[in-house]
Amino acid sequence: MPRKTPGKNTQKPKASAAKPAARGKRTLSLAHCSGAEVFHRMLQDEGVEVMFGYPGGVLLPIFDEIYQSPIRFILTRHEQGAAHMADGYARSTGRVGVCLATSGPGATNLVTGLATANMDSIPLVAITGQVRTSLIGNDAFQEADVSGLTRPITKHNFLVKDVKDLARVLREAFHIARTGRPGPVVVDIPVDVTVNRLDGEPSLAMNLPGYKPLLTGHMPQIRAAAEAINASQRPVLYVGGGVILANACDALRRIVAKGRLPVTTTLLAMGAVDESDALSLQMLGMHGTVAANRAVQNCDCLVAIGARFDDRVTGKVATFAPHAKVIHVDVDPASIAKNVPVDIPVVGDAADILGKLLPLIRTVDRSPWLAQVAEWKKKFPLRYAAQGKIKPQEMIAAIGAATDHNAIISTGVGQHQMWTAQFYGWRRPRQIITSGGLGTMGFGVPAAIGAKIGNPKSTVIDIDGDGSFSMTMVEIITAVHNDVGAKFVVLDNEYLGMVRQWQELFYGKRYSHVVHRCPDLAAVARGFGAQAATVSERTEIAGAIDEMLACDGPFVLHAKVDPEENVFPMVPAGKSLDEMELGELGTLA
Amino acid sequence: MRHVISALVQNQPGVLAQVAGMFAARGFNIDSLVVGRTENPDLSRMTIVAVGDDRVLEQVRKQLAKVIPVVKVRDFSGLSYVERDLMLVKIGAPAEKRPELAQLVELFRGSVVDVARATMTVQLSGTEDKLEAFIDLVRPYGIVELARTGTIAMQRGQQKHTREKNDSDE
Ligand SMILES: Cc1ncc(C[n+]2csc(CCOP(=O)(O)OP(=O)(O)O)c2C)c(N)n1
Ligand SMILES: [Mg+2]
Repeated sequence: MPRKTPGKNTQKPKASAAKPAARGKRTLSLAHCSGAEVFHRMLQDEGVEVMFGYPGGVLLPIFDEIYQSPIRFILTRHEQGAAHMADGYARSTGRVGVCLATSGPGATNLVTGLATANMDSIPLVAITGQVRTSLIGNDAFQEADVSGLTRPITKHNFLVKDVKDLARVLREAFHIARTGRPGPVVVDIPVDVTVNRLDGEPSLAMNLPGYKPLLTGHMPQIRAAAEAINASQRPVLYVGGGVILANACDALRRIVAKGRLPVTTTLLAMGAVDESDALSLQMLGMHGTVAANRAVQNCDCLVAIGARFDDRVTGKVATFAPHAKVIHVDVDPASIAKNVPVDIPVVGDAADILGKLLPLIRTVDRSPWLAQVAEWKKKFPLRYAAQGKIKPQEMIAAIGAATDHNAIISTGVGQHQMWTAQFYGWRRPRQIITSGGLGTMGFGVPAAIGAKIGNPKSTVIDIDGDGSFSMTMVEIITAVHNDVGAKFVVLDNEYLGMVRQWQELFYGKRYSHVVHRCPDLAAVARGFGAQAATVSERTEIAGAIDEMLACDGPFVLHAKVDPEENVFPMVPAGKSLDEMELGELGTLA
Repeated sequence: MRHVISALVQNQPGVLAQVAGMFAARGFNIDSLVVGRTENPDLSRMTIVAVGDDRVLEQVRKQLAKVIPVVKVRDFSGLSYVERDLMLVKIGAPAEKRPELAQLVELFRGSVVDVARATMTVQLSGTEDKLEAFIDLVRPYGIVELARTGTIAMQRGQQKHTREKNDSDE
């Protein structure tokens, strides 16, 4: 084990801080600390257990400080990987993910990861090194205007110009990231600020007079919502990622059970309710189930909770839920009535509001509506024909069965992502780790690694596409070197399948630049030091999945699947949810 | 409908860029945006004039409030308030035209702040309408140059978020 270079005249908390302390509980002394020490102590004070990152010139003082830190450091292969790992960690644990990148190219490499987290409201704190304050604005070596670059794609960002502000800003950054509607926060720290020392104790008092997220729901609004729900004949709950972020799924499930309310979730909220529940309609929207979309189109009361009426959900907005009184529960007032007029807005934390709503919800007999919904479910289940080549859907269903529907699953973006949402069989919150809002290909591999680090005892599987996997597969090296036993299943259809599907359906099968051939991914994975297998026959599926699950370390399963399978049902972009197409599955009647 | 919105913001670098960037990114059109100090050295006031339907303006207000250094947002529509825009306008004014121009300036309670051989510079403050009316009247003389500050506004009465006296000019 290398020893810490002597020559620093400060005492730092060593093994005593090995277990993350409860935030703010310890009395924190920062007097005479350097900026790098302030950074390190504040992170420990925030209870950070792992950081994902990559070093560089302006980060040298910080890297020297975290040499032998009790905080685990995961050196990634690319800063995008660091951001997505922090994101996967955050989504799966509910804690703030932390990533670290150097100035200039390091920071610009984070951008995709920050935008991904921002669109899905994921709490991250990203620390970027910056050139020294006297050089800012000079086009210095590796200078980039990180504040300017990240402003539109983060919840907030800070440039710290004085070491005495650093502790307070870090505290504010964590606070902003995790409260209200969560999101990524960037703290850009010039190298001289990390070197400079404090004269005395810095102030830690947060100075955020403009940041007061409204958390407790307004009781008259909650009562109005309950009355509208109780009075409705054909209610449906439309649940989004906000319910997961607010840890409100217990209250949600009780409301569903007590009110006998059919419920559909967005991609980000899969698992908010157990899909095996008769009242679950699974996903709604462009690739949602017939039952979910019909229920929304025919309901008389739509209860949106922690959802934001994204265009992939609503289809043509003008005809979305045309008969419904709309109730919208959201912590972000700006989300309410942004896309769809709302009759009863309820602003606040979903857990608080649902907790208060529960006792007000009555069990009402709505047999005709429940019978109707059950009939849609029965008549139009999600299905596929397991014939010929391996179907991507059957791989996903097999993984669901083999993991008891209990694994944490990340995805890339494309057809495989939609099939994963449709066929895994979601049971609990924080199971799906997927880029919904930004739709970031390449998210799956690093997100799975971050999730596995946050949940070492859980099975974590990236169900990926060949295109998406190729973008970030280099991070499998990170998994190997850090003994992170995440699994990676590549549904290789030899196409950028989702684009091919649109070209097939809307561009007369002109497959323009979507053929995507992969090398032998099992060989690549073995070269990286992971274990691997390849399947191309139906009969090999079960054995290969068992082998993968039995393996402790990272494992890549390269599955060669039917290249021309399509995702259905599908509501073509801009069409009404009534205009679902079932494609090969048949017709709507 | 025209809305005058006032936002108190924390006085820190980047706030203007953040607010302006938010307007641009969300495709909100604004007529003017003015930033200036307030009675509190930690806060600045932004006054934004925007035209749009009520739903768009509601989004503008909410998105503005969401910006973290924005402490308070107020839409003056429907409230009783005073607004002022300040203008400097350099008008073509040969000697023979000066008396009638001076009369016009007097009528609008403006003041002549500079006179040269061929031009006269007038300072005028008031509502946007008043300034537009003046511009209209002097246009035939030839407007050489014109600069306006954009609108600032304040609610009438004993609002405690300002120490300044109520302007009873109009
Ligand atoms: C970074 C990025 N670039 C481009 C796209 C556009 N895009 C969406 S899906 C897709 C194809 C994905 O291919 P693959 O990962 O193989 O998944 P498949 O659809 O075949 O399951 C593309 C190119 C994207 N979402 N993200
Ligand atoms: Mg593919």
